[in-house]
Amino acid sequence: MKKIVLLVEDSPGDVRLTQEAFRDADPQIDLRVAVDGVEAMAYLRREGAHIGASRPDFILLDLNLPKMDGREVLAHIKEDEDLKTIPTVILTTSDAEADVVTSYRLQANCYLSKPVQLEEFESLVKSINDFWLTRVKLPQQALGN
Amino acid sequence: MEKVKTTLLVEDSPGDVRLTQEAFRDANGTLRLHVAVDGVEALSFLRREGVHGRAPRPDLIPLDLNLPRMDGREVLSVIKQDESLKTIPTVILTTSEAEVDIDAVYHLRANCYLVKPVEFDTFESLVKSISDFWLTLVRLPSQERARCQ
Repeated sequence: MKKIVLLVEDSPGDVRLTQEAFRDADPQIDLRVAVDGVEAMAYLRREGAHIGASRPDFILLDLNLPKMDGREVLAHIKEDEDLKTIPTVILTTSDAEADVVTSYRLQANCYLSKPVQLEEFESLVKSINDFWLTRVKLPQQALGN
Repeated sequence: MEKVKTTLLVEDSPGDVRLTQEAFRDANGTLRLHVAVDGVEALSFLRREGVHGRAPRPDLIPLDLNLPRMDGREVLSVIKQDESLKTIPTVILTTSEAEVDIDAVYHLRANCYLVKPVEFDTFESLVKSISDFWLTLVRLPSQERARCQ
C-alpha cells in the first residue's frame, strides 16, 4: 500500500528538491505538500479545500513557516488525540539547541538538520525513506479515514 | 570532536542482549552500551537510583516490550511522562508485529517502533540502521545538566 507523506515546507526550492529526492528513493511514495502551518493543519483536519484528504503516514515538518510556525503545528499535532500518533519528523535549517530541545519536548519523533549540500540532502531523504518508510512500523490508518 | 554516545538497551533475553551489543559495536565502535534486563532496572538506571547513582544519561533507549517485573509499555509510559526523561528518544525493538501493540506504543509516545528480525543478518542490519540513523544523522537533545525532580 502506498505510503503518504505530508511535507510541510515553505521554500519552493526545498520542496522541489525533496520531491525529487523522494522520487529517486521510492517512486511509490505519495508526497503531499503544505506550504505553511495553516495549510498543514487544514490538511490534517480535512477542512475546507482538504475535505476527504488522505491521512498521512508520516509528516516532515520545517520549523520556520509563514502563517503558523512549525513549532505550533507540532504542538497541535501532538496534542490532538487523532493526529498525535503520526510520526512527525522535524526537517529544518535551524541547528539551535533551543529548537532541538523544544521539538523533543513537544514530542517530535526526531529532529533532522537540513544539509546545505545537495548530495547530502538527497542522501538524507534516502535515509529517511530507508529508515522511517521501510524499516519502521508505522501506526495503522485510523478507522473512519 | 564527536561526542561519545550512550545507549541504554532494555532487553531481558541474554541471547538478544549479546547480539545487540555485538551489532552496535560493529556499527559504532565508540558507543557506550548499557543494559537493563527488566523495566524496574531500566527506571532505576534512568533515575540514577541505588547502584545506578552515577549512571550516564543515555542518548537513545532501545526498549523491548515484553519484560519481566515491569512491562515495556509501562516503562515507556513512565519515560514519556517524566519531564526530565521524555526528550530521550525511545525506540521500541520487539518481536511483536501486532497492530494493537504498534498503535498502543505510538499512543504512549514512542519515537518509533521496530520489529526484531529472526534472521541474524537482518538483525545486524537493523541495529546498524538504528545506529546510523539515531546516533549519526539525528540531532539529539543535548544532555540536560540540571536534574529536574
